[in-house]
Amino acid sequence: MRSATQIAADVRSGTTSASDELERTLSVIDERNAELNVFLYVDVEGARAAAAAIDERVARGDDVGPLAGVPIAIKDNLCQVGIPTTCSSKILEGWLPPYDATVIKKIVAAGAVPVGKTNLDEFAMGSSTENSAFGPTRNPRDPSRVPGGSSGGSAAAVAADMTSLALGSDTGGSIRQPAALCGIVGVKPTYGLVSRYGLVAFASSLDQIGPFAQSVTDAALLLEVLAGHDPRDSTSLPEPAPSLVAHVNDGVVGKKIGLVRELYTGANDDVLASVQAAADAFRAAGAEIVELSIPELSLTLSAYYLIAPAEASSNLARFDGVRYGRRVDGDDVTAMMEATRTAGFGDEVKRRIMLGTYALSAGYYDAYYGQALKVRTLTIEAFTRAYQQVDLLLGATTPGVAFKFGDKTDDPMAMYLQDVFTIPTNLAGDPALSIPLGTGDEGLPVGVQLLGPGRSEAQLFAAARVLEIADGRS
Amino acid sequence: MTLSGDWEMVVGLEVHTELLTKSKLFCGCANHFGSEPNTNICPVCLGLPGSLPVLNREAVDFAMRIGMALHSTIAPSTFHRKNYFYPDQSKDYQISQYDLPINSGGYLDLLDGSRVSIERAHMEEDTGKSTHLGGSGRLAGAVSSLVDYNRCGVPLVEIVSGPDIRSATQARAYAAELRGILMATGASDGRLEEGSMRFDANVSVRKSGEPFGTRCEIKNLNSLRSLQRAIDYEALRQIELLEGGGVVRQETRHWDENLGETSTLRVKEDADDYRYFRDPDLVDLAPDQAWQDRVRAALPAMPAQRRADVVALLSAPSSPQLDAVEVVIDLGLERYVHAVVAASGDAALAVARVANELAADVEHVANLSTDAFVATVLMEQRGELSATQAKTVLGALLADGGEPREIAAAMGFEQLSADSLGSTVASLIDAHPDEWGRYREGDEKLAQFFIGQVMKLTRGQANGKAVIAELQARR
Amino acid sequence: MSDAITREEVAKVARLARLSLSETELDTFTEQLGQILEHARDMNSLDLANVVATAHPFGVTNVVRDDIVVESLDRDVVLAMAPDARDHRFAVPRILGEAP
Repeated sequence: MRSATQIAADVRSGTTSASDELERTLSVIDERNAELNVFLYVDVEGARAAAAAIDERVARGDDVGPLAGVPIAIKDNLCQVGIPTTCSSKILEGWLPPYDATVIKKIVAAGAVPVGKTNLDEFAMGSSTENSAFGPTRNPRDPSRVPGGSSGGSAAAVAADMTSLALGSDTGGSIRQPAALCGIVGVKPTYGLVSRYGLVAFASSLDQIGPFAQSVTDAALLLEVLAGHDPRDSTSLPEPAPSLVAHVNDGVVGKKIGLVRELYTGANDDVLASVQAAADAFRAAGAEIVELSIPELSLTLSAYYLIAPAEASSNLARFDGVRYGRRVDGDDVTAMMEATRTAGFGDEVKRRIMLGTYALSAGYYDAYYGQALKVRTLTIEAFTRAYQQVDLLLGATTPGVAFKFGDKTDDPMAMYLQDVFTIPTNLAGDPALSIPLGTGDEGLPVGVQLLGPGRSEAQLFAAARVLEIADGRS
Repeated sequence: MTLSGDWEMVVGLEVHTELLTKSKLFCGCANHFGSEPNTNICPVCLGLPGSLPVLNREAVDFAMRIGMALHSTIAPSTFHRKNYFYPDQSKDYQISQYDLPINSGGYLDLLDGSRVSIERAHMEEDTGKSTHLGGSGRLAGAVSSLVDYNRCGVPLVEIVSGPDIRSATQARAYAAELRGILMATGASDGRLEEGSMRFDANVSVRKSGEPFGTRCEIKNLNSLRSLQRAIDYEALRQIELLEGGGVVRQETRHWDENLGETSTLRVKEDADDYRYFRDPDLVDLAPDQAWQDRVRAALPAMPAQRRADVVALLSAPSSPQLDAVEVVIDLGLERYVHAVVAASGDAALAVARVANELAADVEHVANLSTDAFVATVLMEQRGELSATQAKTVLGALLADGGEPREIAAAMGFEQLSADSLGSTVASLIDAHPDEWGRYREGDEKLAQFFIGQVMKLTRGQANGKAVIAELQARR
Repeated sequence: MSDAITREEVAKVARLARLSLSETELDTFTEQLGQILEHARDMNSLDLANVVATAHPFGVTNVVRDDIVVESLDRDVVLAMAPDARDHRFAVPRILGEAP
């Protein structure tokens, strides 16, 4: 599949048309969506109109932007005016947002063509997309296996060559883990780099929207468009979007890269092999590998599984059947709310809401939520100390390759352990990405993870590019 | 109302006031009372999935003004979520302030010299409004409810007093003084009838010297009168209960103005667990010194200071005069008094004219310039206008504006020349020899008879003092 | 079977969260939540008395907007989303109990 960078250049130059690119995308979707269940909704008319409008503007000589005519898949927890946004939940079935998320406005202003909404674990809670109320998505590399989650649909859209770009969201690893399992690039930006306005909130202090792409340059291209201060998001960083594409080929000469024990211990052999290969590639490219241990990271799984559900329990309270979405009637409003939420939410969502409610409740706040917030401070401080010694960190993204459907659904803890390597950066607010490197069992993709201090995306992309080249993918 | 035995009531008040910002606390929807239902809503205040709050700077400024007026400490603060399910709460949580409010501590001095402590004055968002169908329109007995979210997200400041209040009268005085202060800051319009200001009273009783008793909360009192009546009723209710060997249950009660009693709304045995936690969608608020200084510089003078400034102009003011000063301050018209004094006029007379004549037509005060007021009062002071005439001139100025001397002339209020008065009095003396005889022999009452006759003849234009001078001169 | 959370506590928390659970669900969730909370006990033993929670990881503070009125949503669009609307308002079944 052609890269987004190439498509945009071709559309701008008139070599190809946005409409043609869209038709190609639509035909692949047509071919594979029934089997893979990637898209919950394809906005055929809207996309065709958008593509036609871009072609018209190009014909007039307008500069249509850095993503000119590039079809892009949107995770279904992002609001788009008039397009069904379900968060893969029955409780929002049929809801049409009356407003656009900031990121949607930005990609449209950059010339991209949103194609449709992709499947996810319900309300972004999960690591396999098996928690979707509308059936799981299948991994394009092996349809008997999960694509990862929660942004499984978006990862699959790119991995299946439907679109070259997709938007996902990452709270505990929901971009990076599916990127690794599907063999593509996935980035979780610095907290606050990308506006959350219009992202249906899961855990507000952890959520970030980020790009999926097949190449580092494409990911950088999309992230440049997404990033920048948004006055509608009080937590957004004050500065405008950084320059990222220009630094993709900066290399890693003279850089110190920490290989963190806690970020690969427990991973299976395939994954370990890829991490080792990454270290070797960095050395060959002129970087120094420093072996590090950050013991505080072992607490992060517990802290995350109290902080995220606590915030989620509050963020999901608004789904009560009063103002939008599905309602199940009741004798009185409390009965109605209870019936609506009981019928509308799946088990994982209920589990996390109850866990979160408990962690915040009187008598338990200090021991659970309060304590977890403190562990978070310890994590931030631990990373800060690490970055005094090194520029970037290297580790695994996931403990293993894509697993079979049903493998981990019996035991919530087993599923939660999927996130053990990705969670620490969400807690710290720092950026991280997953880049495919090598293959594992049965030819399944393996990803390695690169982590950096706040606002270090340019460095991360440069390092990722080194691995991309080393892997023979230019 | 005084309580029997050595019973004492202990009252704390929580006062909520809406702020006079143009837009809501966390979004740009209009903050406007009386709009068509659900016309001032957006993704943020409607709590649509994906929406995020952004704090209104003016609301922060108003909150700080209130804190300054109440002598509070302004400190860095955070916003917390108070989580509970209710249909008028669009997110099913309220954004409020919890352990780190913007204003803490402070006090309010009442006219009777007592001081009530302030625990805190924090910011939070208001809820939507529900109307109930079926039943009597009240919540109980309703079949369904309809919700309007126009008010949802309107900025509020909640002011919590210490449990220092010891009578319903004092509670009312506190509420009235606080209302005056809130209006003076410009933060609130104090419109109780529109619900822009609401009172909750926490009432308990105890025998003097004993620890605090169990308290009940009476919610949503919306007038000073019902505040006072409800507190008196509740204190008595609790005393009767305790004297009968019962126990006061901690609960929330509702005041029925018609029946004149409080009744149980909700028992607090299973105290709502609001699961307060810091709102991760908002960031910490720490107004620096420069910001606080700007707010302080813009803070208007408070009632206590304005009151003191007027009282200082009066020598040995009587109780009715102090009441008159209250009226002047309440209406914010003290500039007229100060203008008269600046022109070397009489403060007491100025206060009287403002508290009576201007107060009677306060909606038209804009028609009356301070210069015109000063001129009128000085004319009265010098005897050029009688009291009645002065009041009439003021009435005319309020209705249509204008210039006092011209109005006086147009009304024929020119002062009667000494000559014409003299000849009027002389002709009356001739016409009433008996009365004149008795007056000359010392019957002072007859002065009034002659004044009355002069007034009849001159259609009220004579100056009473001048008539008496004339009579005495001829005696 | 973990004792980190009891069946009664799960039932109470479900009510607080407006979720109704069947008896079987109550059992299953109690066990699952217990395991998760058990895992979280590794944090409880730590003495973190001197550690303070972090607000924004990059110290963003004092974000405010100007007090300007901005166009609201079209009422018809909003009410069209509502499961039940009457008289330009959102309709709900009767409310038992006053707001807190």
